[in-house]
Amino acid sequence: MNSSTQFQLGLSPIKLRRTMLFVPGNNPGMMSNAHVYGSDALMFDLEDSVATQQKDAARLLVYNALKTIDYSPCEVVVRVNPLDTPFGVQDVRAMVKCGAQVIRLPKTETALEINDVEYEIEKAEKDFGIPVGRTKMMAAIEGALGVVNAYSIATASKRLIAIALGAEDYCANIKAQRTEEGTELFLARATIVVAARAAGIDCIDTVYSDTNNEEQLIREATAIKKLGFDGKSIINPRQIRPIHAVFTPTPMEIEKALRIKTALEEAIANGSGVVSMKGKMVDRPVLLRALRCLELAKASKVYFDEEETK
Amino acid sequence: MKLKGTGIAGTLESGDAMIELSPGKNGIRIDLNSTVESQFGKYIRKVVMDTCLEFDLQDVDVKVQDKGALDCTIRARVTAAILRAAGGEVQYEF
Repeated sequence: MNSSTQFQLGLSPIKLRRTMLFVPGNNPGMMSNAHVYGSDALMFDLEDSVATQQKDAARLLVYNALKTIDYSPCEVVVRVNPLDTPFGVQDVRAMVKCGAQVIRLPKTETALEINDVEYEIEKAEKDFGIPVGRTKMMAAIEGALGVVNAYSIATASKRLIAIALGAEDYCANIKAQRTEEGTELFLARATIVVAARAAGIDCIDTVYSDTNNEEQLIREATAIKKLGFDGKSIINPRQIRPIHAVFTPTPMEIEKALRIKTALEEAIANGSGVVSMKGKMVDRPVLLRALRCLELAKASKVYFDEEETK
Repeated sequence: MKLKGTGIAGTLESGDAMIELSPGKNGIRIDLNSTVESQFGKYIRKVVMDTCLEFDLQDVDVKVQDKGALDCTIRARVTAAILRAAGGEVQYEF
């Protein structure tokens, strides 16, 4: 085995999903400037935040906004109504047509639900002359059955880019109490992370709804980052900065990762199959974490690769 | 397209517009009340007019109470009002 294959570490470029800002679908005031706060993604909501009598108006509002406003660099996600409501199919068709990047399913319990929505998406793409596969999907897991089926949900479609946890519904469903420590969510969170990683997609944690408690928000973000989550859903722009700070590598972490990367480059240059630092071998997981740390730092714009900026 | 009655859509919140649309007799008549009328009145009227024409509405009275809505919001609200005035018989082509 030569050194280049030895060090094929299978890292793909990182798409940041540290924060996904929730925007009610019938609120044009919030919709017009949702992208200026700097969240990585926006989630326009046609479901719970829209009253039944306003579903038609909200769909038209989001449809026209997405056709007109350039929300880049934010990733644009739209949460549609379930297909078993009178609004689901029309929501999916409208959002495919106006070019929403990601369609998010509410409360997903089985892989079959993903297949059903994918069927509608593909039909709409064909009807509107849009390349099949352009519209990505995200699923929210909000119940006991969804957690049990997490892996089959996460692998139900190639369109899936992430799965997310909806904690309030989940806790109501399992008859648990919401606590600050989040003990009641541990199994769901860990299951979702493992399922997402096994499927090779991202995982996004639930909202923290007390917008005045920044300390607890930071504690929660730190804890879910440690568990392996890529980011968190948020309900207020003021939650963006603290969460990004939690997810951004520190200068010390970057420096350490750079030392490991240098050792890796030296090993490749020397044709050595083993990376070592100060005479000690560097394990593959350590290498992987270091390279991922640098990718994250680059994506967060706190580190620039000299070779790339030349 | 035939309107069955009056269709109302939108709110009076900042950044939104409230549209009240009903069958008329003398072409497309727009009664505009806007916080930004002197600057954007012309454009708002054009969006309302264009949206009505897309649905082939020739005679319609439209009352617009604008609270600084973007063009895309006006278009969405007028479309919703038209579909509501048509009594849910017309589906938008999604």
